[in-house]
Amino acid sequence: MAKNVVIPIGPQHPSLKEPACFTITLEGEKVVNAVVGTGYNHRGLEKACEARSYLQDIYIIERVCGICSHIHSTTFCQSVEELAGVEIPRRAAYIRTLMAELERLHSHLLWLGIAGHEVGFDTLLMYSWRDRELVLDILAMLGGNRVNYGINTLGGVRRDVTPEQIEKIRKVVDIVEERNKYYVQLALSETTLAARLGGIGKLSHDDAIKFGAVGPVSRAAEVADDIRVTDPYSAYDEVPVTAITDNHADVFGRTVVRVLEIMESVKMIRFCLDNLPDGDIAVKVPRKIPEGEAFVRTEAPRGEDAHYVRSNGTDKPDRVRVRAASEANWHGMKHMLEGDYLADVPIIIAAIDPCYSCTDRAIVLDNHDTGKQSVIDWRTLREYSINWYKARGIDTGKIKIADSHLIF
Amino acid sequence: MVALFNILIFPGFLFLGIYALLFEYLDRIIYARLQNRMGPPWFQPLADFLKLIGKEAVIPAAADKHVFPALPVVALAAVTTAFLYVPIWSGSSLLPFSGDLIVVLYLLTIPTLTFFLAGWYSTSVYATVGSMRALTQLFSYEVPLFMALLSPALLADTWSISGISQFYGAHPLYILINIPAFVVAIVACQGKLERVPFDLPEAETEIVSGTFVEYSGRFYAVFKMAINCELVVVAAIVSAFFLPFYTANPFIGFLLFIVKTVIILFILAVFRSVMARIRIEQMVKFCWKYLTPLAILQIIINILLKGVLPL
Repeated sequence: MAKNVVIPIGPQHPSLKEPACFTITLEGEKVVNAVVGTGYNHRGLEKACEARSYLQDIYIIERVCGICSHIHSTTFCQSVEELAGVEIPRRAAYIRTLMAELERLHSHLLWLGIAGHEVGFDTLLMYSWRDRELVLDILAMLGGNRVNYGINTLGGVRRDVTPEQIEKIRKVVDIVEERNKYYVQLALSETTLAARLGGIGKLSHDDAIKFGAVGPVSRAAEVADDIRVTDPYSAYDEVPVTAITDNHADVFGRTVVRVLEIMESVKMIRFCLDNLPDGDIAVKVPRKIPEGEAFVRTEAPRGEDAHYVRSNGTDKPDRVRVRAASEANWHGMKHMLEGDYLADVPIIIAAIDPCYSCTDRAIVLDNHDTGKQSVIDWRTLREYSINWYKARGIDTGKIKIADSHLIF
Repeated sequence: MVALFNILIFPGFLFLGIYALLFEYLDRIIYARLQNRMGPPWFQPLADFLKLIGKEAVIPAAADKHVFPALPVVALAAVTTAFLYVPIWSGSSLLPFSGDLIVVLYLLTIPTLTFFLAGWYSTSVYATVGSMRALTQLFSYEVPLFMALLSPALLADTWSISGISQFYGAHPLYILINIPAFVVAIVACQGKLERVPFDLPEAETEIVSGTFVEYSGRFYAVFKMAINCELVVVAAIVSAFFLPFYTANPFIGFLLFIVKTVIILFILAVFRSVMARIRIEQMVKFCWKYLTPLAILQIIINILLKGVLPL
């Protein structure tokens, strides 16, 4: 085919779990140009936080991401605790660490399954999700929910861990470790999997630094960037952490990093259970937070998670800014996609473990020349979107919309 | 009257259809059990088929009004016709003639061509990419598959499937010679049937469902049926070539046919569950670099043996 073909991956596509549009220009089966279009899932969470009290905000912040919900609420709580000058009890710090590592287990097992599905290896999906279910049961037991555990509160945690629960966690962790040994072996030796994952989505050491990649994406390129090691929080100053790195710098390397991180998490969970200190699980935090600003970084399963909180002395924050891990990894995406095959596009996108709605922001663009803001009405906006898609080869203009929808 | 019965009821259309649905069920349940899942109930393929028949069938505005609905029927007709030349209850098929092997192989190529045309006439980008892949894939697996099936024919000195089946039935030990051809045929069948690791034309996570993306309702139901029937026919041909055990008793022979085809299906299902989908350029490379030389080797062995063996 001499002519280039433009293929839209998204906004609705079976390989994407959330809406985003990747406009892929193909020459034959090779990607020559890729445009990453996010922004379909903006929810206005940051603004919503400003209108509610700190305690209510935990509820919102936990829902920034469905998978790494605990780490977001940990980061937010830590920011507020820093502003209030509160030190949380050691037992609470250990429980937070325990939850964070269990969350990493379930997130990485989920990713492994998705990666298998993207390359047509559904057996891996079924196996790893079966094992993830065990971890989810443990999380539900500890927090009361499968994904939004709601265990964090300002000044500590809301639920204690009982000795019976510790026994159950140990059992599950043993099973997960045993099964994960098999996945490590599978990831390192299965031929079709290695053939599909090796050498695609390259992001070299220098590029990873240039594009500001975080988490497993950068660690797969030998950037030893793990906040748990470089800037310890919760109980990571006592829990032994090893940052897993790999030198493949491609999707295969990211897979290796993730499966080995599961092994590390298992060790850390065991350490937390063995060394869980006695004492209270929470301290009181004043309702009104003193004026100031805090910036806290944590290591989510997907990479560095950063929260900025500014308080104005009232019980509501003045500004909350969430920088989820995926937001940092999007920048290198175009670079990773170009030069690879269309067949590799879904797995390259999936390899950063993207979380679209964590990332999406509303951006107000003022007119650059006049500095004035303008408002466009519904019809003009619809016209604009039709033309936007037409320019990409898709004609949505023929879809009829009842006029009653246009009254405003 | 007998001919009509043969074409429409047994071993023709109706039997093939029912057996194809059963085959889909077996395929899915084996696949599910290998993945540690429950799998569907036995009537699931039939329920899916009936549900699809009842759904609204949309023909895209840009697609060709006549070719688009006709293609699934052509695919199904070609596969059903091919089934008439495959031995079922004995060593001989219903209408054997010398050279029916070539006819069956060409009839089995027609579904792939209809997949290509289906994607092409749908005019959707995903379907176009899928149809390009279907055709690229056709050029890769067809040569090794043809050679793998022709080399046993060389040794048997006949171009008729029934003749080949009878020859190897009379000389069961000669099957062992054809083991490389059997391996090539099984692997190439995965390509022909567009199953993992060669399901590139309909790769769900890449190009949605490729060639079939615009097909819906009864058109899609017929396509699905054609694919399932193709699975039966391919399993039956492979078993006739490489597992030619049959008896004079038609009833036991029929049971033997079912056992043999299910064995082939089991091998195909295991393949499907332990592999990832490979890329198109890897597929082409694999077929031409490994499968074709292996098939050529088999042909050379068979030509040499033909001079040596007392036939």
